[in-house]
Amino acid sequence: MAGEKEPGTRSATGEEGGEGIATSGAAPSSDYDHAGKGGASPRQEKGTDGAGGIPSFDVTMRLRRYNPELDTEPHWENYTVTMYGTDRVLDALSKIKAEIDGTLTFRRSCAHGICGSDAMRVNGRNRLACKTLLKDLDISKPVVVEPIKGLPVEKDLVVDMEPFFAAYREVMPFLITRGAEPTRERVQSQPDRERFDDTTKCILCAACTSSCPVFWTDGQYFGPAAIVNAHRFIFDSRDQGSDLRLEILNDREGVWRCRTIFNCSEACPRGIQITKAIAEVKQALIARKL
Amino acid sequence: MSSSTDTQGTGAYAPALESPRSPYRRGKPTRSNWELHGWLFMRMSGVLLLVMVFGHLWVNMVAGEGINQVDWSFVAGKWSSPFWQTWDLIMLWLAQLHGTNGVRTIINDYAERDATRFWLKMALYTATLVVLVLGTLVIFTFDPCMDPASTLEVCRTGSAG
Ligand code: HEM
Ligand code: SF4
Ligand code: FES
Repeated sequence: MAGEKEPGTRSATGEEGGEGIATSGAAPSSDYDHAGKGGASPRQEKGTDGAGGIPSFDVTMRLRRYNPELDTEPHWENYTVTMYGTDRVLDALSKIKAEIDGTLTFRRSCAHGICGSDAMRVNGRNRLACKTLLKDLDISKPVVVEPIKGLPVEKDLVVDMEPFFAAYREVMPFLITRGAEPTRERVQSQPDRERFDDTTKCILCAACTSSCPVFWTDGQYFGPAAIVNAHRFIFDSRDQGSDLRLEILNDREGVWRCRTIFNCSEACPRGIQITKAIAEVKQALIARKL
Repeated sequence: MSSSTDTQGTGAYAPALESPRSPYRRGKPTRSNWELHGWLFMRMSGVLLLVMVFGHLWVNMVAGEGINQVDWSFVAGKWSSPFWQTWDLIMLWLAQLHGTNGVRTIINDYAERDATRFWLKMALYTATLVVLVLGTLVIFTFDPCMDPASTLEVCRTGSAG
């Protein structure tokens, strides 16, 4: 453990951050431990930060790492860092990248739950790293962070999103109208707008699609996110392409592949009721076809 | 901390990524209502099975003398009635098709290679066919007097010869 830190005042958890507590998750052959070198941290005594009295704690981050240029297989590495009560998983990753290993690779952009860049699997659940407070996790054990499942890993926590976006493009996520170009606003009543309000909230983070067991084994399945974004237009009173979209989702790899497992609804950081949206598309299809 | 890049510029490593964008293609769209009908069938046959299976269990296991009544003559008695013949026939076909479609879904879910998927399904369809043909045959050709020593009422008059 790094010399600058004071082991004596460290909280009971995370002591030495070593192999002893690194037991969760399926650990393949190689495990490495790192501890903060402490170059820039910690600024103050442990326990409280002088600035505002925010409690601090040591947390072990157990990250699934893969460098395509060096590794044949992904492996786990542990990093112990001192974090504060206001910090999120994303902050822990940034700290590790800044202070321990600059090669750590992950996506993030807005850091405020808007852009959908940083969906990852935290302690076995898909979440946005920027919306997951460390203090809400069990920090007495290492916090396990992996890339989202079902998409090819490019490096560390970065996956290839192309299959996800290919399915998204397939449902034509844009307004389709017939006839003349609009000369005035396309008016919509409030109840008509309300009809598809829930599915307008999607930020395309892929947390849902990559939490779906059907998608894990069948990469051709359109997946919840594509259906959510089709739903957003199918139930839009201004849109005239719903027949097309419904026909697309009537596919062998479309809505009928859904098994109402509810993983997507649980994973969605925007709280979209995805399983319900999928059921509504199924219903619309049955109503139209029979 | 290991550095992941070839800092010396000697080109000593070959990039493990074959191409910057691994080609991903979506399969051809299928234009039929097959999966829609399959989905509906699962739910409708499920509801019907609920009634038929529990009706079957009740009549065989609970009503009358209960479980002790089930023997050759009990079955023979039931199948001499067109009502129970029809009941059992419908139950056989519904359960078999429902189960087959369910297992087909599970095979689609779990088989990773196309060849595995194909052969598992072939085995499934073969088994389905055998059970359907055999079951239907038994329901219609069942002869309660197959046993020459039968003491069943239906057999006493005709079995003299
Ligand atoms: C008791 C009445 C029954 C009801 C109400 C019922 C209902 C259902 C429904 C609604 C599904 C579709 C699940 C989905 O799409 O996710 C299903 C699937 C299935 N059923 Fe039934 N079923 C019944 C009896 C049976 C019987 C007798 C068999 C066996 C022959 C069977 C075997 C299966 C299988 C293998 C599946 C696929 C499992 C899955 O999709 O995960 N079921 N059942
Ligand atoms: S539906 Fe929710 S989980 Fe799925 S991509 Fe959109 S925001 Fe993410
Ligand atoms: S970084 Fe933008 S959603 Fe998390």
